Amino acid sequence: MAGNGTNRNNAAIPVVPRPIAAAVGVLPLAPIGSALGLVLGAVLRRHRRIFDRLGAHAGKRFGLRPTDVPIALVLHADPTRPRITVGRRLPAHGLHARIAGPLAGLAGLVDGRLDGDAMFFSRALSVEGDIEAVVALRNAIDDAGIDLLGDAASLLGPFARPAERMARTAFAFAGVFIQPTGGAARSGPWN
Amino acid sequence: MELICPAGTPAALRVAVDAGADAVYCGFNDETNARNFPGLNFSRAEMRESIAYAHTHGAQVLVAVNTFPRAGAVALWERAVDDAVAAGADALIVADIGLLAYAAAAHPGQRLHLSVQAAAANPDAIRFYREAFGIRRVVLPRVLAVHEIAAIARSVPCETEVFVFGGLCVMEEGRCSLSSYATGRSPNMHGVCSPASHVGYRDEGGRMVSRLGNFTINRFDPGEPAAYPTLCKGRFRAGDSSFYLFEDPVSLDAAALLPALRDAGVTALKIEGRQRGRAYIEAVVRAFRRTLDALDAGQPTPPGGLQALTEGQTSTEGAYRKGWR
Repeated sequence: MAGNGTNRNNAAIPVVPRPIAAAVGVLPLAPIGSALGLVLGAVLRRHRRIFDRLGAHAGKRFGLRPTDVPIALVLHADPTRPRITVGRRLPAHGLHARIAGPLAGLAGLVDGRLDGDAMFFSRALSVEGDIEAVVALRNAIDDAGIDLLGDAASLLGPFARPAERMARTAFAFAGVFIQPTGGAARSGPWN
Repeated sequence: MELICPAGTPAALRVAVDAGADAVYCGFNDETNARNFPGLNFSRAEMRESIAYAHTHGAQVLVAVNTFPRAGAVALWERAVDDAVAAGADALIVADIGLLAYAAAAHPGQRLHLSVQAAAANPDAIRFYREAFGIRRVVLPRVLAVHEIAAIARSVPCETEVFVFGGLCVMEEGRCSLSSYATGRSPNMHGVCSPASHVGYRDEGGRMVSRLGNFTINRFDPGEPAAYPTLCKGRFRAGDSSFYLFEDPVSLDAAALLPALRDAGVTALKIEGRQRGRAYIEAVVRAFRRTLDALDAGQPTPPGGLQALTEGQTSTEGAYRKGWR
């Protein structure tokens, strides 16, 4: 994949520690996929206008590959039946575009904490395939104001807030710094 | 000096306002503005809501209708002017003479700014736009040295605005046909330079190859900072050496020149980057807000720390300190 860099410019984006990445590598994929499906549903219920901004690119399939964790995700941005599937590697065929970068970088893009162009310039992020679809997806997500953990925690009803706090602590420990939308960019690694 | 900041989405506009923009510039989600990218820009309803948000928080909104209308489709551009005025825009940023004439006649009280796309780079040209259409401000092309800006500011009957940060164009703003040559679409007519629909990246033995249309634009070694695949920033090879012919892939950063620009009589400082994410906008606006506040208070200006956000991870003061011509 083009631009899959591992260089000095990536130093600002934390990388998932190898023991944790190795642990993820032996986890069964089915529960991960189910959990991510629920999170995707929660995000899209709160941010329906993502599909408006995707426009003609809604319905396309995006491959997301964290470079520091042995999993790969396929996001099918179908407005009527959005879904996400998990595998150990991206399928060779059937994707409109492929996006790769450190897990924290990809999460930072979703939260609007990191700038996708800057990640691309630094070679922390690589893209391949239908670049117009990737740009539309990036802009739709950036406008949505997604708070990944907050949206996910909302699934837990009355336990949302303590669960969100625990999740943030766990992800911070793992090297994936997910912060609430709004103040996050002020302390982001690109500042 | 005013700080004029970009916004490609309503969320970015709110971030820019909250980070200290005096005014935000943006456009409708069609080819009437020069950042007509997929998923970007404002619907009519979003424009109204965003202008209301900015006004509530003490900021202005400048609406860019700054591409050149196509023959047979002028109504699209005139409707953009009408809708921007109806939405409460504080100023319209316009480049085309015909559209300026329409805006001045249809909305005589509306403040008009001359877009950088008009490429008005001398006092005679700027005076013409002022006398013919009543423009209140000119956005100067990024081809002028600071002393040339000072000479213009002294002799024109309107305000001046200059870019201080962000992407740079080849020095033919509003007249460049490189994107049109490579893709059939141009910033001037379609609002998009090097459209993403014609961009491709691929890995070639560890090197990233960027393409635009049928042209290979660049090959980046592993770890080498990358750039947008625009023809003007293509890397050429001749014999054993490779080099950038028209322009290096770098971003403008004129933060160190703010005192000189203030002394030159500049009214407003513009940050480029409507196509960038909220993180970029917040970081850059806050950095320049801090610098301007320090300048106004007579204090040393703090370092910007914006290098990581720049194209090619490199910045330049561009023509402001040009050593040619």
